[in-house]
Amino acid sequence: MRLKTTVTLAAVALALGVTSGAQAGTLEDVQARGVLRCVVSTGIAGFAKPDANGVWGGFDIDFCRATAAAVLGDAGAIEAVTSTGKTRFTKLNAGEGDVLWRNTTITFSRDVGVKLRFHGINYYDGQGFMVKKSLGIGSALELDGASVCIQTGTTTELNLADYFAENGMSYEAVTIETNDEARQNYESDRCDVYTTDASGLSSTRSALPDPDAHMVLPEIISKEPLGPATRHGDDQWSDIITWVLNATITAEELGVTQANVDAKAGKQGQPSKNPETRRMLGLDGSQGSELGLSNDWAYQIIKQVGNYSDIFERNIGPNTPLGIERGLNALWTNGGLQYSPPFR
Amino acid sequence: MTPTRSETDNLLLRLWRNQESRAVIIQIVTMAILFAFIALIARNIVINLAAVGKEFSFNFLMWPAAYDITFSPFIEYTNQSTHLRAATVGALNTLLVAFFGIILASILGFTLGILRLSSNWLVNRIAYVFLEFMRNVPVLIHILALYSLIVVLLPPAKKAINIGDGTFFLSNRGFYVPSPVFESGAGIVGVVLIIAIVCVIGFKRWAKKVQNETGKIYPVFWISTAVIVGTTGIAFLATGMPLSWDMPVLKGFNFKGGMALKPEFLALWLALSYYTACFIAEIVRAGILAVSHGQTEAARAMGLRPNRTLQLIVIPQALRVIVPPLCSQYLNLTKNSSLAIAIGYMDITATLGGISLMQTGREMETMMIVMGFYLVISLTISAFMNWFNQRIKLTER
Repeated sequence: MRLKTTVTLAAVALALGVTSGAQAGTLEDVQARGVLRCVVSTGIAGFAKPDANGVWGGFDIDFCRATAAAVLGDAGAIEAVTSTGKTRFTKLNAGEGDVLWRNTTITFSRDVGVKLRFHGINYYDGQGFMVKKSLGIGSALELDGASVCIQTGTTTELNLADYFAENGMSYEAVTIETNDEARQNYESDRCDVYTTDASGLSSTRSALPDPDAHMVLPEIISKEPLGPATRHGDDQWSDIITWVLNATITAEELGVTQANVDAKAGKQGQPSKNPETRRMLGLDGSQGSELGLSNDWAYQIIKQVGNYSDIFERNIGPNTPLGIERGLNALWTNGGLQYSPPFR
Repeated sequence: MTPTRSETDNLLLRLWRNQESRAVIIQIVTMAILFAFIALIARNIVINLAAVGKEFSFNFLMWPAAYDITFSPFIEYTNQSTHLRAATVGALNTLLVAFFGIILASILGFTLGILRLSSNWLVNRIAYVFLEFMRNVPVLIHILALYSLIVVLLPPAKKAINIGDGTFFLSNRGFYVPSPVFESGAGIVGVVLIIAIVCVIGFKRWAKKVQNETGKIYPVFWISTAVIVGTTGIAFLATGMPLSWDMPVLKGFNFKGGMALKPEFLALWLALSYYTACFIAEIVRAGILAVSHGQTEAARAMGLRPNRTLQLIVIPQALRVIVPPLCSQYLNLTKNSSLAIAIGYMDITATLGGISLMQTGREMETMMIVMGFYLVISLTISAFMNWFNQRIKLTER
């Protein structure tokens, strides 16, 4: 009932234009409200999940906080608008959220058909399969006839159909709404396999009672570039989201971390002499005000939330229960794909 | 006498004071406001869709859906089929669960309603507690709870409970039964069956006519059963038993062959049925209590046996009270079936209103189709129940 109601309400909101809709001026709206509303998932450990006190944390949430730090100067001024895979774009387009940070795959149809604006990739992912080790399976090609748990409304659903058709295999799709329901079905053997983005599999596996009894199969069957999205029609807001993401990556490249940003910005001793660092932190030039923000916007991001590496290591890195290696998400200088245009 | 100045000037006031014309004015104003409101909504839709750069079009229905639907018992569906076909699969699945839900809810509801009236204190109380518990918990909770029970309590496919030495299998992947395979000659048996049924219907009419004219009662039920079973059985044997069974066998991950009742369908069907049955039970009880006890006593006095009394006197009169609210319950059940998405049963809300909506981003169009579908189904059920109500109406002589 609730799901349908949400969709219907969002559609009605779109119809009545109750919300501010897709007009320009998101920045003014957010600053007037004093709170940034991010569309996030209903709960994926390490990416977006409330802790015991109800405070949201995770990789995607940290990017939401980084945005709030840049726009409002306060990383705490966020509101998490939870959405299922199915309702996320409707919620964004109906104006219930200002920006979507929700492990969302960038695709042609979403960019063009659903009318979203994407702003770069904060996580390079790919779809994988998780099975119980007791099945004795070593490859996804041995999955003919299996029951597969998937989340509805995701690209996963489509990749899965393609992959099985391409390899001449059949399967039974057990379609559910959220990650937690999928876990219940997987744990009770309603399905043999759980498939989603590899990051999501690590997250789900870490939350199982005995993570070692499960394994992720070697096949990665798709490209899943995950990134933030906004509505069409507000170029200034699009620029801000793009450069919030770029600032975290560039900061890592320049060696500016949450720990040393005060020193680099000259709050303690001599400021950095690197021209790009100085421009980004607002010591030289006026990049912040050109974006419509305060000149120390990037300083606030790194001071309050951290650079890309800080965010990664804190939420999903090798020292967390998820234990994900940087892999494709390492900087381009370290053999990965994370690469930001220069602050010039 | 010519009308005074003030009277002609205040034509509007005069119209307003006239009761009949006032009613017309109020209706015109109400309609105007209503249409203005609809126009406002339509205008906002157009403006807001344009603002996000979306067009309003149903072309997407012809694009390949690209997702799989495993549960499609009626028509062929692959991920290359169109969104329209995916919607059709969903619509058929909705109709399937609504149809069987209405049947089971009616049977359960009538049984519970009669148990609730039982003079046996224990039976009466048990029915009472069951009803009050079931109907006071939201139906979504029932569906989720039942689904969890099935999935968690029943064993996985490899440890399926085997009933009847490899014939039936019960697991959390579904209840597997052998499926019939018709061989050549089965068509003849089918034709014989149809002929037998037609004959039985004719016999029933004739028996009724005889009863009306002479009062002689034939054992219609037993004769009918004997005719249908007998002729079909003989035809079946004569054609050399053209029927075999496809047994479910565990192969790899899952059972192959046979037919399966899937846990998603089972949970939705049972939960909707017993939830709605509780409301139907109360309606049935009210209907029966509405028939004056004098009617029963009069029937007994005329020498009718108790079950004939119930069949001929009480139920026909009770139905007049039962049918209108029963219709609402059938509508509720059908609409509640849209909760299917919570457990992954692929009804129209899950396919067109869910995955197709998501993959194409056409909220407005898909939701309009889904709403239109439920509207048509509900109006059809209503029309049928109105017809039925008309038919059982008390004929006063």
